[in-house]
Amino acid sequence: MANPITIRIDGKAMLVNAGTSAAAAILNSGVSGVRRSVSGEPRGPVCGMGVCYECRATIDGVLHQRSCMVTCTDGMEISTDD
Amino acid sequence: MGAGNCDYDAIVVGGGIVGCACAYYLSHSFKRVLVVEPGPVGGGSTAAGMGHIVVMDDSPAQFALTHMSQQLWSGLFPQMSPGCEVRPTGTVWVASDAEEFSHVEDKQRFYAEHGVEAEVLDAKSLHQAEPNLHASMVGGLRVPGDSVIYPMTAAGWLLDEAKKNGAELRQGKCVARLDGRSVELGDGTVLEADFVVNAAGGHAPELTPGLPIEPRKGHLVITDRYPGFVHHQLIELGYLKSAHEMSHESVAFNAQPRATGQVLLGSSRQFVGWDSKIDRRLVSKMIDRAALYIPAIRDLHCIRIWIGFRATTPDSLPLIGAMPEDPTLLIAAGHEGLGISTSLATGRLIADIATGAQSSIDPTPYAPVRKAHG
Repeated sequence: MANPITIRIDGKAMLVNAGTSAAAAILNSGVSGVRRSVSGEPRGPVCGMGVCYECRATIDGVLHQRSCMVTCTDGMEISTDD
Repeated sequence: MGAGNCDYDAIVVGGGIVGCACAYYLSHSFKRVLVVEPGPVGGGSTAAGMGHIVVMDDSPAQFALTHMSQQLWSGLFPQMSPGCEVRPTGTVWVASDAEEFSHVEDKQRFYAEHGVEAEVLDAKSLHQAEPNLHASMVGGLRVPGDSVIYPMTAAGWLLDEAKKNGAELRQGKCVARLDGRSVELGDGTVLEADFVVNAAGGHAPELTPGLPIEPRKGHLVITDRYPGFVHHQLIELGYLKSAHEMSHESVAFNAQPRATGQVLLGSSRQFVGWDSKIDRRLVSKMIDRAALYIPAIRDLHCIRIWIGFRATTPDSLPLIGAMPEDPTLLIAAGHEGLGISTSLATGRLIADIATGAQSSIDPTPYAPVRKAHG
């Protein structure tokens, strides 16, 4: 892996390539969705280009970040429970 | 009751929350109640109400109506469907300076003397209760008995309960004409009734000419879900100034936690007829106002903005009661920004008139043709 960095998804450490989007990292981690709908169902990215807002996740404590538009940085904390 | 030779005992024109509340209470005494609504039930001004069930102290008549309504709502809450999203958030009236805070104790005393629990918050307890408020806010008044509901669902629930007592709904039907004995639908059908209730909100004067009601436009902004961002229904203490000034336009800070974790933000007031376009300049003013109270509001994502029209009367009191020249024509309209709260007392008063019962509050201040102050 070229330039691996460490992020945490729902508290679990994971190595990703520098330049990976947060959405891709979440999908590769095997968790069932980037966030929960209002009724608790898992949700995932649709457009992958920042338009649909389906890929929102909590990143470094900030709610509703479009994970497809955020590039992973070393030590980033992502939560998919909100 | 009823003479029995009419089509209905009572016809309620308008399926907003006020019309639904009238049908609800009428259906307890009358078997044949009809609601006529051209659009979705609760789809007019009701859908643009915040659903804040609040006791107001700005005039004795407003207090009597809102207090009676709050007690009626409290009695219904345990039965209401989960979709009505009943939440006992309480209200916090926020004082932004010492001058506003100086009125808080008077307000607390008024509530206490009238049996309404209210607690003065100093700056420290205010910020403990609502950490996102700006540090400069000097205090407030917490009224724990106030609540938040989801207005459209609540209107539908009231109508469903009325239907269990035999009430009917004719949906998608416009009303062309009405008087105290009959309602003519847009397709020419004439329905007769012992009583007719004009609960058409801002459209009431189109059916009963001369009613002093004007549409007053408001905007609402709702955010994405941020659970715990605010805990109470928050209103600036200067709110009444904004609500009562009959100026061309005004904004006031008003923020509410929804059951979903979303923040619902008001409020604006404008006399622009029935112009339903979103006025982005005024929405910006509204958000600027909110940010004075809660700076972090600017970090939240707004997902939807919509508008509605309050049915406004010159003295800010609704029109509830019989028309003097046509006493079986009952008016239940003109609730300005308090229609969700005061719908229940309105329905109760209307049903009292129809049954000849004594009302628990003096209905005189709400008479559709106001008597001169004596």
